[in-house]
Amino acid sequence: MEKIPILRMGPFLLVTIQVDMHDRLAMTLQDDLTNRIAQTGARGVLMDISALDIVDSFIGRMIGNISSMARILDAEIVVVGMQPAVAITLVELGLTLAGVRTALNVERGMSLLRAAVGPAETLLPLEEESGNAIGED
Amino acid sequence: MIQAGISPIADLLKQHEAELLNEWVAEVSATAPRGDLIRESELREQCREFLDLFRRASQTAGGSDVSGPEWSQTREMLTALSASRARLGFTATETATFVFSLKKPLFARMRNDFGSDMNGFADAVGFTTELLDRLGLLTTEAASKAREEVIARQQEDMLELSTPVVKLWEGILALPMIGTLDSNRTQIVMESLLQRIVETGAEIAILDITGVPTVDTLVAQHLLKTVAAARLMGADCIISGIRPQIAQTIVHLGVDLTDVITKATLADAFLLALKRTGATIGRAAPRGANL
Repeated sequence: MEKIPILRMGPFLLVTIQVDMHDRLAMTLQDDLTNRIAQTGARGVLMDISALDIVDSFIGRMIGNISSMARILDAEIVVVGMQPAVAITLVELGLTLAGVRTALNVERGMSLLRAAVGPAETLLPLEEESGNAIGED
Repeated sequence: MIQAGISPIADLLKQHEAELLNEWVAEVSATAPRGDLIRESELREQCREFLDLFRRASQTAGGSDVSGPEWSQTREMLTALSASRARLGFTATETATFVFSLKKPLFARMRNDFGSDMNGFADAVGFTTELLDRLGLLTTEAASKAREEVIARQQEDMLELSTPVVKLWEGILALPMIGTLDSNRTQIVMESLLQRIVETGAEIAILDITGVPTVDTLVAQHLLKTVAAARLMGADCIISGIRPQIAQTIVHLGVDLTDVITKATLADAFLLALKRTGATIGRAAPRGANL
């Protein structure tokens, strides 16, 4: 089955949506991402949606939901690279993603994440097997 | 007895075309002299073309109804003429008078030709009047249509012109908004702002509403939409240029602007934006001062 890859980079997780988001894919991503955050104890998530050209209300809501879930799991999330058309659509749909951090591109998003998580923690590499390490140590 | 007067008009036009043309041109120049807008030679050419088409149409057409296919060329010619005259600055009345003024020379000719046949003369006059009136109204209609097109185009131009996105500094954009904000304009403002954010990688956008005369709930909603869309792209917005009356209106209307940074002037907003991007601004040492 089609899956959106979740890459790990130090204390952060990278999600790059490169295909057309359909509802099933979004549900899978929600499952996978929350699981991965719990497993790895990631402190930050960077979601790149620059390849996403079209959103509907469901996908828009899923982006918001996934962001909220990540925050509950104590991972900062930054949504980066939103296309102008997508931004307009979301606003017209009334989905302003309140409380979700946004950035123009991956680079800005990364520096935002680093600033949010704090420099000391970003230097600590995560243990490969630290499946239960959630939250502060 | 003349049957609805068709062929007499056509014959009349054919026989006296040159004289009619001269008299008509003189009549037009006398009743509505617009030598400032159109040259005599051009006017003469237009008159000649119309007479020619009018003659040919009245030869084939069987009534005073000008919507038939026989009149299509005449209609086209008049429509084009009205459109070009509207652009030149003629009023609709002047363009209609152009057609109506053909009556005078035409009736004069008819009086000569019909002589004592009063019935025939009356029929022909009635018929011609009806025909020319309809053609005249056609020009009025076409003229107002052409005007409307001009207005629509200008409105479009104004939309484009009145929403510039200005780069103030590295990473700082400004949108000086002038005029009323409606849904159409907000859409264009939003699109151009977001596009420029992508192009310049700006982090802060200043929406200056000094030139917006009134802010009602709808305008405020449009502003908030623009702010929200910019935020989704990772850029913060500052709304500046809020006049005291507008501040009062916003509060009275119960519009919630607490999530948006607002500043009284563009200068204040710019200063804040500079601070946010990490730039500092200060005065150079005064001239002649010893350091």
